[in-house]
Amino acid sequence: MQKAAEEAMVAAVAADPRYVDLVARRARLGWMLSAVIFIAFVAYLLLIAFDKALLGAPIGDGVTSVGIPVGLGLILLAIALTGVYVAHANRHHDAQMAAILKDHGA
Amino acid sequence: MLGLLALVPAPAFAAALEGEAERQPVNWVAIGMFVAFVGLTLWITKAAAARTHTASDFYTAGGGISGFQNGLAMAGDYMSAASFLGISAQIFNDGYDGLIYSTGFLVGWPILLFLMAERLRNLGRFTFADVASYRFAQPPVRSFAAMSTLLVVSFYLVAQMVGAGQLIKLLFGLPYGAAVGIVGGLMMLYVLFGGMRATTWVQIIKAVLLLGGASFMALMVMAQSGFSLEALFARAVEVKTQAAVAGGANAVEAAERGRSIMAPGNFIKDPVSAISFGLALMLGTAGLPHILMRFFTVPDAKEARKSVLWATGWIGYFYILTFIIGFGAIVLVGTQPTYLDGEGALRGGGNMAAIHLAHAIGGNALLGFISAVAFATILAVVAGLTLSAASAVSHDLYATVLKRGEADSADELRVSRITTLALGAFAVLLGLLFEKQNVAFMVSLAFALAASGNFPVLILSLLWSGCTTRGVAWGGTIGLLTAFVLTLLSPAVWTATFGLGEAPFPYSSAAIFSVPAGFVAIWIISRLDRGPRAAVDKAGYAAQRVRAETGIGAFAASDH
Repeated sequence: MQKAAEEAMVAAVAADPRYVDLVARRARLGWMLSAVIFIAFVAYLLLIAFDKALLGAPIGDGVTSVGIPVGLGLILLAIALTGVYVAHANRHHDAQMAAILKDHGA
Repeated sequence: MLGLLALVPAPAFAAALEGEAERQPVNWVAIGMFVAFVGLTLWITKAAAARTHTASDFYTAGGGISGFQNGLAMAGDYMSAASFLGISAQIFNDGYDGLIYSTGFLVGWPILLFLMAERLRNLGRFTFADVASYRFAQPPVRSFAAMSTLLVVSFYLVAQMVGAGQLIKLLFGLPYGAAVGIVGGLMMLYVLFGGMRATTWVQIIKAVLLLGGASFMALMVMAQSGFSLEALFARAVEVKTQAAVAGGANAVEAAERGRSIMAPGNFIKDPVSAISFGLALMLGTAGLPHILMRFFTVPDAKEARKSVLWATGWIGYFYILTFIIGFGAIVLVGTQPTYLDGEGALRGGGNMAAIHLAHAIGGNALLGFISAVAFATILAVVAGLTLSAASAVSHDLYATVLKRGEADSADELRVSRITTLALGAFAVLLGLLFEKQNVAFMVSLAFALAASGNFPVLILSLLWSGCTTRGVAWGGTIGLLTAFVLTLLSPAVWTATFGLGEAPFPYSSAAIFSVPAGFVAIWIISRLDRGPRAAVDKAGYAAQRVRAETGIGAFAASDH
C-alpha cells in the first residue's frame, strides 16, 4: 500500500464510530482484567503481611492449609484471565476489526 | 542464609546463586546427556544459519514463529535453572513460601497481555525501542532504550553466568572457569550463527525437556502419595516434625515447626516491602527486553496474543510442578541419610533438593537428565539475553542513532555479530570476576530497572497522547536511576553484599517508589515540554494509536 493511501486509511478508521467503540470496549476489558489480577495479587500479599495465621489455618480436619488453594488459585486465575481475554478477542474483536478495516479498503 | 534470603526480592532466582557450591565428582551420565543436547542444538544452529541472511532473520527469525512455539520459547526464557532449583529448594526448606514467589513471577504475564502484547506487535519490528520511539525523535529515545536494555541484560547476565559456574561445578564436577567458558562459548555459537531462529529453537527444546522432566518427577511424587496432595502434605509435616524432635525440640515446638511449612513464614515482613516486591515482579516482567523482543518473532497481533496465553499456561503449570517437587523432596530426600551431611543439611548445598529428588526417583539416569537440563536451561536463557542486548546495540544505537536509519542490513548484521562476540567475552569475564561475590541482588535489580524505566516508557508512549520525546528519554532515565540508587541503598546490597551496616533504604524492593517516580517524571517533563518537537510528538499520537490498535502498516513476516 502506498504511504499516502495508508495514512488516508488511518485517518478514515480513526473517524469511524465503530472503531472508536471497539477500541473503547477492548481497552475497558483490558484494564478491567488487569485490575482483577492486580487486586487479587495485592490482596494476597497483604494477607501474607498482616494475617499469616489465616493462610496457615488447616481446612477442616486435614493438614492442607487455606493458603494452598489460595496460592494455587491465584496461579489458575492468571491462566484463566489470559484465556478469557484471548477467547474474547478471537471471538469478537478480531472479526469486528476486520469488518471495519475491510470497509476502509484494507 | 535463609534469613538473608528473606530480605532479597526474587531470592528464588538468587538462591541457586548463593553460597559456596561444593565441587562434585565428575558426573559422566549428566555430561553424556548434555553432550547429546549440545549436538542437537548445534545441528539446529547449522540449519538456522543457512537461513539467516537478513537483519530480520537474525533479530526475529523472519517473523515466522507461531504463537504456540513462541509461547514455549517465552516460557523457556522465564523458567531458568535458578527458578527451578531455587523455588524447589525454598519449598524443601520452608514449605509454603516457595508458592509466593511462583505467584509473583506469574502475575505479570496477564498484565503484559491485557495492556501491551498486541500493540507491541503492531508497532514494533525488531526491538521494544521501535515501539517506545514510534512517534518521537529517534536518537534520544533509542539511546535511552539501548542503555536501559544493556543495564537490565548485564545484571541478569552476570547473575546467570555466576549461577551457571556454581551449578555446573556442583552438577558435573567441572571447574568453575571451564563451566563459565563453555556457557559463554556455546551461547556465542548459537547467537552468532543461528540468530533468533536458533536461539528460539534452543529455548523451545529446553522448555520441552524441562517441562517433561519436571512432569515426570511430579507424577512420581504424586504416585508415591496415592495421588493425594493431602497425603503428601501430611507426610511432609510429619517429616519436618520428626526432624525438629531429632533436633532437640519438645513435642509442642516440634509439632509447631512441622505445621509451619503449611503457612507463610518470614518471607514478607512489612506491607511496604510486600507491595514493592510484588510491583517489581509484576511490572518488571512487562519490561524485560529479552521477553519483549519475542513479540516480534510472530507474524501478527493474534499470534502475539496466543503466545502469552501459552507462556502463562506453561509457566503456571511449571510452578505447580515445582511446588509438588519441593514437597516431594521433603518426603523422599529429607528422610534419606545418603542425601544429607552430618548436620542433616543437604549434601552439595541447599539448592540440591530437586537434583537429589531426581536421584531418589530415577537413579543416576534421571539425575543425569535433570542435571543436563539445568545446564541447557542456563545456556538457552543466556543466549536470549545476549541476542536482545546485541539487537539494542546494532539496531537501536548503530543503525538508527549513528547511521540515522541509513545502514544496510548486512552492515547492521555485522555490527550485531561483533557485539555478540564482545558481550560473550564480557559475560565470561564478569562471570570469572564475580565468582566469589554474592550476586543475588542483580536479578532483583534487573527486575526493578525494567519495571521503573521500560514499563512506564512503554505504557505512556502507547497510551498517553501528551507524552513527548523529552518526557520519555529523561523521565525514563529518572525512573531507572531511582531504581538503581535505591537498590544500592537497600539491605540486600548495602548490608548483605557490601557489609556497610544498616541500610539507608529499609525496604526490600525499590519498585514502590521508583515505578511511580518513572511515571511522574515522564508526565511532568512532557507537560513542561513546549518545544517544537513536543508539538510533533503529540500530533503523532492519533495515527500511532490507530496503527497500534488495528495493525495497519505493521511489519509482516519476511518469509514463509
